[in-house]
Amino acid sequence: MSSRWRRIRETGFFLALPTTAWLALFFVLPLAIVLFVSFMSRGRGGVAELPFTLEHYQRSFGIFSIILWRSIRLAALTTVICLLLGYPLAFFISTRRRRLARHISLFLVILPFWTNFLIRTYSWRILLGEAGLINGFLLHLGLIGEPLSLLNTQFAVLIGLVYGFLPFMVLPIYASVERFNFRYVDAAQDLGANDARTFLRVVLPLTMPGVLAGCALVFIPSVGAFVTPDLLGGTKGLMIGNLINNQFGGSGNMPLGSALSIVMMAVVMLSLLVYVFGNRRERG
Amino acid sequence: MKKVLLLLSALLLLVPGAFAQEMEHEPWACPEGYEGQTLSIFNWSTYIAEDTVPNFEAACGVTVNYDIYESNEAMLARIRQGNPGYDIIVPSGGTVQRMAEEMLLIPLDMAMIPNAANVIPDLLGAAYDPDNMYSLPYQWGTVGVGYRTEVFPDGINSWDQVWEHDGPVAWLDDRQTMLGIAHLFLDNDPNTTDADEINAARDYLIEKGGNVVTVAADDGQVLLERGDVDIAIEYNGDILQISWDCECDDYAYAIPEEGSNVWIDNLSIPVDAPNPELAMVFIDYILDAKVGADLTNYIWYASPNQASIESGYIDEDILNDPAIFPPAEQVAKLFAVIDVGAEAEELINNAWDELLIFLGQ
Repeated sequence: MSSRWRRIRETGFFLALPTTAWLALFFVLPLAIVLFVSFMSRGRGGVAELPFTLEHYQRSFGIFSIILWRSIRLAALTTVICLLLGYPLAFFISTRRRRLARHISLFLVILPFWTNFLIRTYSWRILLGEAGLINGFLLHLGLIGEPLSLLNTQFAVLIGLVYGFLPFMVLPIYASVERFNFRYVDAAQDLGANDARTFLRVVLPLTMPGVLAGCALVFIPSVGAFVTPDLLGGTKGLMIGNLINNQFGGSGNMPLGSALSIVMMAVVMLSLLVYVFGNRRERG
Repeated sequence: MKKVLLLLSALLLLVPGAFAQEMEHEPWACPEGYEGQTLSIFNWSTYIAEDTVPNFEAACGVTVNYDIYESNEAMLARIRQGNPGYDIIVPSGGTVQRMAEEMLLIPLDMAMIPNAANVIPDLLGAAYDPDNMYSLPYQWGTVGVGYRTEVFPDGINSWDQVWEHDGPVAWLDDRQTMLGIAHLFLDNDPNTTDADEINAARDYLIEKGGNVVTVAADDGQVLLERGDVDIAIEYNGDILQISWDCECDDYAYAIPEEGSNVWIDNLSIPVDAPNPELAMVFIDYILDAKVGADLTNYIWYASPNQASIESGYIDEDILNDPAIFPPAEQVAKLFAVIDVGAEAEELINNAWDELLIFLGQ
């Protein structure tokens, strides 16, 4: 290593300086403002004013908690489904022998991102509607007598979330499995482990960093999802993101919206802690 | 409220005399000196004719930015948080009053809007803006029930049919109107500011809302058209637009006999508008007899423009349509939404959030 590179390695904090400044100005500072506002009273027109109050947290943990729990439940389900679908897929892709096959598969996973998320979610409305393609197909086959209520349900939200976030699960797991050394599998089997045991005791633990990263990347945006429940959820699939949006729009209550955001962030933070500690255990 | 009813009753008397022969009309001319300028309009969705904006751009040599909103509350929130650059907004009556009180509107300069003389006199000087200092009418209409005629061959004449329907229903994200309809059933003033009454209306709606699949943001007609719902509570013109588009009898609009909401939407200029002069020129343009008639012919709402009505430019189908110009006995049962003040506004907003939470339970 040249001395210049050694110097960079040892005192390279300036590499992080632009991002640190950016985050301090546009993340930490606004977050502090949101936290501050969440303890203020609602003034005329929904803006924050003094005195300080805990009212909005009381409401957040009051009836709003119904929707908060629903959001956590839907996000957790989304994460589990994405994991069950994404792990085998990532495993399949990363074990292709030919490099081209791997690259094309990865490309196909990312391909949906080329279309705007809003448009893709709108399309689900057309697919899931009472007179939509899925109902039309099932009716045509005579599998159902009358249209199923698919749209405007939690089921629709779940489909939309899994569809939207699946790539975020596949990519980190892919990276983990690709680095996995398959000689460990041979070793485990030589020592008498069956397939299930080999997977659970060797493959899964060694690819766990990818699994945890994927789960975090799916769970965190799912909890705060706004577009998907707005377009697909109707009254039954309403999520906390929609109610937060309402407080800054029609319902005009910025302090309540701020409090709800903080509570939601706390939930996400807790799940991140699980991620960090889970990761540490794997390494330790 | 009484005054609104009175003036709308008076309006109906004007309609029969409306079918005068088409008169010669000078096309609207743009005053000099606006070339190259920009106007930003913030209007309700599906609420303007295809050629209204392009014709204005051509006449004045200006560029128009056009943006849409779905409810008075959503628009109000944007302006309250600081006008992001809009020159024209289209608030309903009660919202004009609220915005004027909060000093969110710029006074109109009537010298720049000679076509204000075209407005039906009874629609001027409404209680929400007695001297028309801040607003001139854009269109007026009602909230009612859009439904699939296949599902309701005998029509809908009561809200109970909506509450009891065994099939998907969409409500309208218009909180004061929806709570006002519940107040009609509870024998309360639709604009009550009493906390207990507002909460009772909320509970009434939650109880009756078991069949509601979505509270639609001014796009209920799309859900109806796509077959996702059998009933959509909507603004009348939005439902009539889809009937007109499909040239069919698949959809119909009705005002239930218990009553509903009547509203007047207005052209106003929000505070901190970048180009209030051009905004006033635009208001004058909209109030031109021909421009106003073309607008009404496209969006199927009731025109407040006497010159448009008398000139014969408006389709007779529209002038004769009871869904656009309701008969007097129906008008008597309509209520207008007024500014209820800051305290009741908060009560209503809280009630609406709670309703959204419990509707989906």
